[in-house]
Formats: sequence, structure tokens, C-alpha cells
Amino acid sequence: MLSRTADNLYWLSRYIERAEYLARILDATQRLSALPLTYVGTSNEWESAVATAGCATAFFKIYDEANEANVTDFLAFSTANSSSIRSCFELARGNARAVRTALTMEMWDAINGTWLELKRYGNGPTSREEFSRFLRWVQESSLRFDGSAYRTMLRNDAYWFSRLGVYIERADNTARILDVKYHLLLPENERVGGPLDYFQWAAILRSVSALTAYHWVYRESLQPWLVADLLILRDEMPRSLASCYEAIVRNLDSIASAYGRQGPAQRQARSIRTRLQNSRMDGIFQRGLHEFIGEFIGENNRLGALITEQFLT
Amino acid sequence: MSAAFDEMKGHNGSVRSAYTELARWLAEVPPDVLDYRRREAELIFRRIGITFAVYGEAEAQERLIPFDVIPRIMSAPEWRLLEKGLTQRVSALNAFIKDIYGAREILRAGVVPDDLVFRNPAFRPEMSGQDVPHSIYVHVAGIDIVRVDAETFYVLEDNARTPSGVSYMLENREIMMRLFPELFSRHRIAPVENYPDELLATLKSVAPSSSRDPNVVLLTPGVYNSAYYEHSFLADKLGVELVEGRDLFVKDEIVYMRTTQGPHRVDVIYRRIDDDFLDPLTFRPDSALGVPGMMSAYKAGNVTLANAVGTGIADDKAVYSFMPAIVKFYLGEEPLLRNVPTWRCREEEHLAYVLDHLHELVVKEVHGSGGYGMLIGPAASKVAIEQFRAKLKTSPKNFIAQPTLALSTCPTCIEQGVAPRHVDLRPFVLTGRDRVRIVPGGLTRVALKEGSLVVNSSQGGGTKDTWVLDG
Repeated sequence: MLSRTADNLYWLSRYIERAEYLARILDATQRLSALPLTYVGTSNEWESAVATAGCATAFFKIYDEANEANVTDFLAFSTANSSSIRSCFELARGNARAVRTALTMEMWDAINGTWLELKRYGNGPTSREEFSRFLRWVQESSLRFDGSAYRTMLRNDAYWFSRLGVYIERADNTARILDVKYHLLLPENERVGGPLDYFQWAAILRSVSALTAYHWVYRESLQPWLVADLLILRDEMPRSLASCYEAIVRNLDSIASAYGRQGPAQRQARSIRTRLQNSRMDGIFQRGLHEFIGEFIGENNRLGALITEQFLT
Repeated sequence: MSAAFDEMKGHNGSVRSAYTELARWLAEVPPDVLDYRRREAELIFRRIGITFAVYGEAEAQERLIPFDVIPRIMSAPEWRLLEKGLTQRVSALNAFIKDIYGAREILRAGVVPDDLVFRNPAFRPEMSGQDVPHSIYVHVAGIDIVRVDAETFYVLEDNARTPSGVSYMLENREIMMRLFPELFSRHRIAPVENYPDELLATLKSVAPSSSRDPNVVLLTPGVYNSAYYEHSFLADKLGVELVEGRDLFVKDEIVYMRTTQGPHRVDVIYRRIDDDFLDPLTFRPDSALGVPGMMSAYKAGNVTLANAVGTGIADDKAVYSFMPAIVKFYLGEEPLLRNVPTWRCREEEHLAYVLDHLHELVVKEVHGSGGYGMLIGPAASKVAIEQFRAKLKTSPKNFIAQPTLALSTCPTCIEQGVAPRHVDLRPFVLTGRDRVRIVPGGLTRVALKEGSLVVNSSQGGGTKDTWVLDG
């Protein structure tokens, strides 16, 4: 297939995945900030949301203060922020339009319908209720697109590149939450917070839609190191780094076998996966959770660059 | 201007046979049902994303062409007549272009004046003496036809460069079949859905002789082009890659596309970008849309461009006026489709006549298209006529003039029900190595404003499904 087509598909999936992630962060933040201060301490949740979205620098170029109104606007509706939900949907639709022929009718319908609907929300919600509905709608739109891709695409390179976009973005997103919140997830004896953090842990899980999953996997109340374990090492948790890399390796292998050739991207992906497979939480805590996550984000980005170099240009 | 011929009710008001069922149906169907269907159609169009861009309108970057739900119907004998005439016309266009870039017999015979060719901006000196695969230049032609009474069809314009609109022909039919299954079951309508197959067969048939399983691609200027939807639609139906200039490169006079598996050779390019933008090394150096070196590959015979480079020389409005003579010159036949009488303002006598009759003529720019830069005398104000007169005197060569034709009308949905509106027709004629292919039908454009004769989508025109009755 054309390199440009593959590139567009890859980024299309990334933008949709990112939009959903932003919606989850905003949803979790809104809940957290609605709790009385005695439950969550005095940290500024809105500032943390901007950091988790990975656009703090861009945000503080425009605003002095991170509060609900500013952050909501910046992460959801701003056209100045190229990673806002609106920008993500617009870029995704632009990419989709450029590769119409590589999409199934259902995928086009999902993304074009989302884009048309987006206009209805204008420049932002008029109430918290409407904003909540908006966030739910964003998540549903992403699910619809993902589902239509999964159910209707031919299983060929177009599909594999589009899945790669999903998983690389997802791994990056999960890692970013961990990067910002790592101090809340340290083992008991190293923690500074205390029981106040319970709602923070719940918020982390909620932003990767894993709150219920946690209970099914561990069958006990929230423990910070288990939250970290769930998001980093558990294969069965679809947003964990391990699970993302299992999928990345599988899709890259499909491409390699169809093209009859392995390359640097395949090798890089396998090396990251091997590292995740050989890690245990106590070892990660010993060497430093923050360092581990920081390295992971770097390696994940490097894989993105290698994929671009090997296939997309 | 005399009263227009209505395709449903003729001149005298009695329903013509092809329209019997439709007239009955229109009488039965409640007006709100039509209106409801119209809105349904619009919704479908918007969801599918069949939009077009109007240049210079940032606001309305993606607009819908209004779709009229009442079909236009032609009988089988009417279509057979058109089909023959179109085949003849396109054969003559091909012969003319081949001659112009080859032996130039028609110029030596004095049938067409030299300067009309050599001073024409659409003339490509690079193509002189250049063979093209199977001597076919116009693989895809869109011939604009208008009608003035039951028997008389005129060719209004030949489009031999990159004619567009065929996606509307196909989508209009799809939507009509979805909205009005009942109406379809009452008629026997020749299908158009095989157009993409016919197009692909045509394109493959003209591949350079070296390629066994030719790789065909569709070259688009990109998403900002007004016809981008059509490009992606066609590529999809053809099952070929939709490429932009940056997806292609030329090495050792061979065109390749960049794929995820490395370079892949390209044999036939159905290009939907103008000559000027094809190759910055040969034509406009500032073009970012084209492919450097494309012309060298083309001239070496390693790739087929459809349509060929330089076909614009045949669809110029001044050359148009010579078409009857061109048909006779190459085919030795009388033209089956008539030309609209045309005054060439480059000729003194003609100019004098035109200046005297501006209020009753349509004056068009020779190189213009899309309905821009033209004067419709009967509808123009005195001031507009005087302004145009000045323009005409300064550069008479740039203009031709034609009588205002009483274009036929078809029943059309309007705010207050159903009323006759003027229409034209663009059938698409495919010419391959083996034969000429025309799917029965085409794009009917309709001027939605009462009395208006301008059917161009950029100026408020709409489209209709065109039915050719089978047998």
C-alpha cells in the first residue's frame, strides 16, 4: 500500500485513541475535583490533568492558572491546542478524507458522523451536565470507530497499521498517567500521602477504564502497587503497557510476514516487550518507578519513529 | 426566446410516452412525501460526504450539490441516437488531436486556421511528433448536450481534459434506488453501475505494451481540490490507488509509487490534474502537485497518461466552432450531433454581428469553464452589457457568442411543488484500445432558479438521476 495511506491510517487511529483518553482524563478529573477537599487533599487536579495530557508547556503559554474552565476548554475544545479533543477529531477526519479508499464505509461513517456531530457542541458546553454528555459521546464515538474498524476491515496491512496507531498511542497514554501520578503509587513504606490517596487511585483507574477490572483481577480493595502492576505488567488488562506491547508485536509480525522481511521496528518492539515480560513490580520499584516509566515513554517514542522510517515515508 | 420544450409534456402539454409512468406517479404522490424524500437524500449525501468545494469560499468549504429527486427520462431510441453521435464526435476529437501533434493535415488543408492551434495556451509543443500508446488521446470525454425539441440535440461543449461529474451519475442512481424502489419497479431502466468496470477496462487497455498486468493509479491534486470526493470515490470503485504527486517519483524514466514495501512501478495514470501541474520540470516550475520527470517517462513510452497531454487543444470553445468541419474532415461523415451556431469574435464580421446583438446572445470566454466570465444577454442589465462590450472590443479573440437556446425543461421539485426547470446532460464517453464504451445515461444538471439557464454547480445548479429506458 501507499506509504502515505499507511501513515494516514496510523495517525487516524492515534488521534481517535487520544481523544478518548482525553475524555477519560477530563471525566476522572471532574469527579475528583467535585469531592470535598478532606477526601483528596489540596492538590490541583486540573493542573495534573494538563500534565497527564502531556501538554503542560503549551497550556501555560496561554493561561496563567489551571482551573476547570481553562483546562476544560484547552483539552476539549481549543483550536489552539493541536491535541484537544476537537483538534483530534478534526485531524482524524482530515486523515480519513485523505484515505477514504482505505476505509470501510462503516469507518468513514463513524468518523464523518462524529465530525458532523462535533459542530453541534460549538465552542463548549453550557453546563456540567452537557459537558458530561459530551465526554460520554467522545468515548462512544471512539468505541464506534474502533468497533467498525475491528468488524469491517480486511485483515491486511491497512488494518495492521491502523492497529499499531491504536496501541502505540494507548501505551503512551497509560505511561503518561503513570508518569504524572507515580508518587501516589509507590509501595506503602515509601508513600507520602496516606489514605487520602484512595480517590486518586480510583481516578487513575477510571481514566484508563480499569476500575472494575481491578476488582476482578485482584479481588481486594485498592492498593497502589497493585494499581501500578495492573497498568504496567498485567497481560489481561487491555490498557496495560504489557498488553499494548503484546498487540504491537503481533501486528508488526503480521506486517513482517506479509512483506517477507523483519526490520528495526520489529526488533525494537520485541525488545520492549521482552523487558516488560521479564519485569516484576518489586524490581521496578527497587530501580525506581519514575525512571522505569520515563524510559518506557522514550522507547515507545523511538518505536514510533522507527515505524515511520521503515514504512511510512 | 420561444417557450422551452418540456421533456415530460412536450410543447403542447400532452405527456410523452417515456414519461407516462412518472407523470402518473407524480400525480399520485403527496407533495410532503417528495419533500421528505428530498431531505432524506440530502442527509444521505452529507453522511457519505459527497461534497464539493467552491473556490474562494472559505466558509462553505464543503458544500452539497442540490439533488433533485425527480428523474429525467430518455427513451431507448433517443439514447441510441445520442450514443451514435457521441461515438462519432469523440472519434473525431481523437483524430484531430493526433493530427495536430502529428502530420497537421487539417491545417494544411486550411480547414482550421493555424493560429487557433499554435497560439492556443492549451497547445503543448512538447507533444509534437510524440506517439502516445495506441494513438488514443481522449480516454475519458464528457460531452455536454442540450436539447431544444423532441429531435434536436446540440453539443454545447466538449470536455476532453479531465471532465468530472461521473460520481454524481453513480451516486444519484444509488440514492434513487434507495429512496424510490417502487418507481424503479414500474420502469425498466438501463443500469449505470458498471461504469467503473468499463473505465478500468479502458485504462488497462491503453497500458504501455510492455506491461502484462498494468498497475493503474488515479492521480489527484489532493483533498483541497473541488472534485476530491469524486477522485476518492472512483479510485475506490476501480480498486486502484489514489495517489498524490508526492506519492510518485521517477527514476530512469520509469514512474514509481512509494509504498510500505518500497517502490512499485506505475503503468497507467488516470490523472485528474491539469497539464500545467503534471511535471514541474516541463510545465509550471512552481507546481507542488506534480511529479518531476513525469514527462520524460511519458515521452519514453513507459507510462500512459489518461487523458493524454495536450488534449485541451480540442475542447477550446473557438475550436468547438469548427467541430462540424472536423468531423467531416476525418470521418467523411455528416455530424450526427449538431453544434450550436457560434460566432467567433476573432473574425471581424462575426464580431460586428455579436456587438449588434449582445442583448440576445450568450458570450463566453474561449478558454473559460464552469460558467464563469460569461454574459447571458437576455438576462443581463444594460450596464453589464456595456461593460462586456468594452471587454469584447479589447480582446475579441478571447470570446465566442451563441444564440440563447431555449434549453429543454424537466419537472423538478421546488419549494411550492413541482415545476419545469432547464437541464443539460453530460454523458461520459470512454475510448480504449479495443472500443468505445458509453454507459446509458450521464449527469443531468438542472438550473434550479426559475428561468435560469446556468446549470453549473458552482452557480446554484443541481443534479438529477438520468434514466435511459431499456427497449
